[in-house]
Amino acid sequence: MREKEQRYSREERKKVENHRDKQDARLKRPRYNRNVLYITYFYIIVAFLMIAYLLKFVVIDSENKINNPYNTRQYLLEKKVIRGDIVSSDGVVLATSEKDKVGRYNRYYPYDNMFCHVVGKVEDGRTGLELSAGFSMLASDINPLQKLMNDFESKKSEGNNCITTINYELQKTAYESLANYNGAVVAMNPRNGKILAMVSKPDFNPNTESRKPLGTVDEENSAYLNRATQGLYPPGSTFKILTAMEYIKENETYSDYSYDCKGEDSFEGNPIHCFSHEVHGVVSLEKSMAHSCNTSFANIGMEINNNSLKKLCENYYFNKLLPVNFPHNKGSFKLDEDSNTDETIQTAIGQGETLVTPLQNLMIVSSVANKGKLMLPQLVDHVESAQGKAVSKYKAKSLGEKCPKKIAKQLNKYLMAVCEYGTASALSALSYPVAGKTGSAEIDSSGTSHAWFVGYAPADNPKIAVAIVVEGAGTGSQYAVPIARNMFMKYLGA
Amino acid sequence: MQNLTYSIIVQISRYLIIFLFAFYVYGSFSSYLKSKEKAEKIYNRQLRIMFIIHFLSMLILFLHNSKAAYVWLYLGQMLFLFLMDLTFRATYKHISRSLLNMTNMLMMIGFVELSRLNTGYATRQLIFASVTCILCLLVPQFIDFFEFYTKLGIAYAVVGIAMLAAVYVFGTENYGAKNWISIKGIVFQPSEFVKIIYVFFLASFLSKFRDFKHVVIIGIMAAVHVGILVLEKDLGGALLFFITFLFMLFVATGKKRYLLAGFGGGAAASVVAYKMFSHVRIRVMAFIDPWSHIDNEGYQVTQSLFAIGTGGLLGMGFSEGAPEDIPVVASDFIFAAIAEEFGTFFGICLILLEICMFMMFVRISLSMRKVFYKLVALGLSIEYITQTLLNLGGVTKFLPSTGVTLPLISYGGSSIISTIFMIFIVQGMYILSMDQEEEEMKNEGRKEA
Repeated sequence: MREKEQRYSREERKKVENHRDKQDARLKRPRYNRNVLYITYFYIIVAFLMIAYLLKFVVIDSENKINNPYNTRQYLLEKKVIRGDIVSSDGVVLATSEKDKVGRYNRYYPYDNMFCHVVGKVEDGRTGLELSAGFSMLASDINPLQKLMNDFESKKSEGNNCITTINYELQKTAYESLANYNGAVVAMNPRNGKILAMVSKPDFNPNTESRKPLGTVDEENSAYLNRATQGLYPPGSTFKILTAMEYIKENETYSDYSYDCKGEDSFEGNPIHCFSHEVHGVVSLEKSMAHSCNTSFANIGMEINNNSLKKLCENYYFNKLLPVNFPHNKGSFKLDEDSNTDETIQTAIGQGETLVTPLQNLMIVSSVANKGKLMLPQLVDHVESAQGKAVSKYKAKSLGEKCPKKIAKQLNKYLMAVCEYGTASALSALSYPVAGKTGSAEIDSSGTSHAWFVGYAPADNPKIAVAIVVEGAGTGSQYAVPIARNMFMKYLGA
Repeated sequence: MQNLTYSIIVQISRYLIIFLFAFYVYGSFSSYLKSKEKAEKIYNRQLRIMFIIHFLSMLILFLHNSKAAYVWLYLGQMLFLFLMDLTFRATYKHISRSLLNMTNMLMMIGFVELSRLNTGYATRQLIFASVTCILCLLVPQFIDFFEFYTKLGIAYAVVGIAMLAAVYVFGTENYGAKNWISIKGIVFQPSEFVKIIYVFFLASFLSKFRDFKHVVIIGIMAAVHVGILVLEKDLGGALLFFITFLFMLFVATGKKRYLLAGFGGGAAASVVAYKMFSHVRIRVMAFIDPWSHIDNEGYQVTQSLFAIGTGGLLGMGFSEGAPEDIPVVASDFIFAAIAEEFGTFFGICLILLEICMFMMFVRISLSMRKVFYKLVALGLSIEYITQTLLNLGGVTKFLPSTGVTLPLISYGGSSIISTIFMIFIVQGMYILSMDQEEEEMKNEGRKEA
């Protein structure tokens, strides 16, 4: 009897349920219990899918996501963890935490100004990698037992180290080459998106100058602004890469293109001239690019569809944020079907209202280097524990084919011509082929201009792409190309 | 030295809470399969675990911030939970202890988290819960008026639609949805109560009529409910009412074609709503790519993901995170606050406990004899789990955010009152069926003898 009583709860009830189900079937009523179970299974499956998704987010995806300027929790973790080091890809420590006499940890940057933008600072508003990779360095993957002991004793644990993609030697070359000019130099591997160098001037010393409250300085000319990712410049003639890309896309007979350059021309009453009114004579598309012929590109600008050009530009993230997790500004492109002729021809040669950051310009030329495929720019190579155990490794991520392979190949040829006999012929002395485009973006009527160079080498097997802008210096050929030459020589040899 | 003691207590409690809660949830599932006596043991153990977790959590809170309010809240909440168990078990011999335990546990988690977020909210929540539970002591007494409830039919629909329409006319907007009504300073959300009436309406019709003509009539009336909610921009509510109708219809008729037609119609309606309403587009945009709209549309869900992601599996430690960064954290996004500080592992145990609660509801529905009761229990189960999953999905970006509360845990008077009522209606049905079964057993015993 007692035995029966005990089993009552489970089996007896099951019997009752089964009995009712059969009764339903016999009476030709809908089989409620069976239908209810279908619905129950549905909900349980959905719930478990959600649990799996949540686990995946927390264990795998979250590291990338929480490293975001909008996540304010770094200060909470700093109470428990000693911020790890930032190390260059060639093993040089760029930022470290040092204990002072009272036992507090302070941040120290051994190379003062040289990495101030890319590495950033902690005091008074985190910037650079200190901001965007802060959570990685404030996670501690030391021995869990040790960590537990530290927790008990309210002692801080050692945070993970962040190994960046920045190459110390290349950064030094870029920093020294830019010398006293304002501007930016940024370099990356076009095949995998790893950023190799990122310099912006004016700069500051994060060891001594970080205590100036932000907001009290003129934002536009502030040394805290990372011009490589936040500086907005007219692209000048470097924009001709996109104009040419659109032209080839629209015209199958692009190889027959020909234009007679007389040094100046006028389109529907709007005058335009080549640099110092130089007469280029009859030019093909290749020669137009090599000599950076303004009149010819204005002519091309008249032929292509403004809306399609806008679509192409937006595909390259104009008017949009880049999919990177560090602070940057949106490039802007305004031309459309309502624009007038003057706007059309000015935009085609990179003047007009178009604005671009050096990083975005680098991405454009990198996609040409990488046969049309654009890689996501990345600053972190991997994260390892204080003991050197790898914690997470960043994988190269493609942002898709932004330019058809065939067109990229054709543009590569034109950009090689620029460096062989065109405006960047100073690069022809190198032992490997180089491809690129110069630019001199006029900023006012007095003739002051920003010097631009975007390009990559070796042109047949690209390992490095660079974007250089030198503010108010003059022509790209004269001021930006020599910096590019130094960069290529440092990275690839003479 | 004192600091060392504090930190050791806090750290040990942190891990102990996670471990005990996992053990509790395991007990909830395993009690299904155990004999009655063994299950009783589990229930008693679960009670002890609940009080320990409650004590440890409030202790951590107090050690971090020695506010007197925490002591009063602790005592009040403990007394409430203690009386809940005592009075209900004393009043109803056949109460489902499994369901009662789960109800108390979920309310306890809500109390603790609200105490941490805002002591004022925690106090109000405790008062609402207490008053509702006293009323609910009577609910099982009212379950047995079967004939009366099934006869009301159309009256349920009239009352429900009238209440929803009143909100549409007199309601006030809150967080973008016009689903609140204010009478002499008391603000409440009628749709929370219409939810229950609506299930009675569907059950009373579907238990009697299943022919096509009636299905159309029921469908039209359900559509009126859903339509008003859409107009009030209460997307979560509209979805909840729609799904409840569809699944109850399927169970009552057993016809898969209704299910297919319903989902087809629902998909078409979603597309129309997407095209017509900007707030729908915003929700979808914030779901697909919140990171590009992190400043405005995507702000809430990205803050929620930061909280969950930064907390990790084991959490930041109770009261050591920054859940106040998440907008509306105490009501709609409370799960993110729990996951941030107690850890995602604890959060997953919580989801499992909610699944267990749903399974208990369904089980009660299965054991019901009368179709009407069966359908009511089923409808309430569907509403419970759908709302839970919509809330959790919105918080974790598994689904678009629809602005519904997490039953029993979220802050909100209307929400907790209606959820407690729902649970005790199901509990009442269980008690009723157990009483009847006992009588039958006795009768059978007599016959055998």
